Amino acid sequence: MNPDTSSRILRTVPREKAFYFFTSIGNYTGTSAASLKEFMEKINEVNAKSLEFHLYRGDFEKWVSEALEDAWLAGEIRRLQKFGLAGEALRDQLYLTVSRRLKRLVSPPGTVQF
Amino acid sequence: MKILAALQEDSRQTYTAIAKQMGLAHSTVYDRVRKMEQQKVIKNYTVLVDLEKVGFKNILAMMTIYTDPKETESVAEKLAEATEVLEVYTSLSDELLVMAKVAAANQDDLHDFVADYVAPLAGVLRIRTSIITRRLKETHFLISSYLKGLHL
Repeated sequence: MNPDTSSRILRTVPREKAFYFFTSIGNYTGTSAASLKEFMEKINEVNAKSLEFHLYRGDFEKWVSEALEDAWLAGEIRRLQKFGLAGEALRDQLYLTVSRRLKRLVSPPGTVQF
Repeated sequence: MKILAALQEDSRQTYTAIAKQMGLAHSTVYDRVRKMEQQKVIKNYTVLVDLEKVGFKNILAMMTIYTDPKETESVAEKLAEATEVLEVYTSLSDELLVMAKVAAANQDDLHDFVADYVAPLAGVLRIRTSIITRRLKETHFLISSYLKGLHL
């Protein structure tokens, strides 16, 4: 992947473009994420109800696609909707999907690290 | 005060009618009302519309916003600027709160407003929103109730 593309996806977005975790319509948990790394960390912290709320509304894929500009990850997150996951199973799967993507962006295949 | 009470009950009544009720001259009522308008004691004359009857299907919600004490005023001011927000209050309860009444076309629009406009405001710690399902009473503080001794 083009290093510029990786840097763009990995950047920290301004607070008005951050992701704000809600548990239902209008109920904000106080947790937000302004980068892909922060998003991955917060997946492990927020109430699982929040993950369910956003996944099935399509909010995660929309934010990843529009704010982070990562169409590939947005597609992977959209695929998760089909499995009907909930609770901790959803958290695990979402974390795995995002963390794999983050790892790939930070250390693309073929990169030799010393 | 009695002139204000009369106008609050019915702002379309004439100065002559008010003067007659109060036992005052028409010109006295006119002068006092003008003075109260100039001093902004009387802020506005408006019409209360039953929105449902004219086809507006908006939803209303009450938002309670928990804030960083340093940012409470600024959060309240920003909310007051939004057309979606009908009323804004601040409170010094256990935590510093801003409360606001919001109107939106539907639940999705309500959520978008809270997520895109309110949550990103600096100092917002968390938000509770309750959609209003039934209104049992809606009125303003009436001076006539006060004059009758109903200290609300």
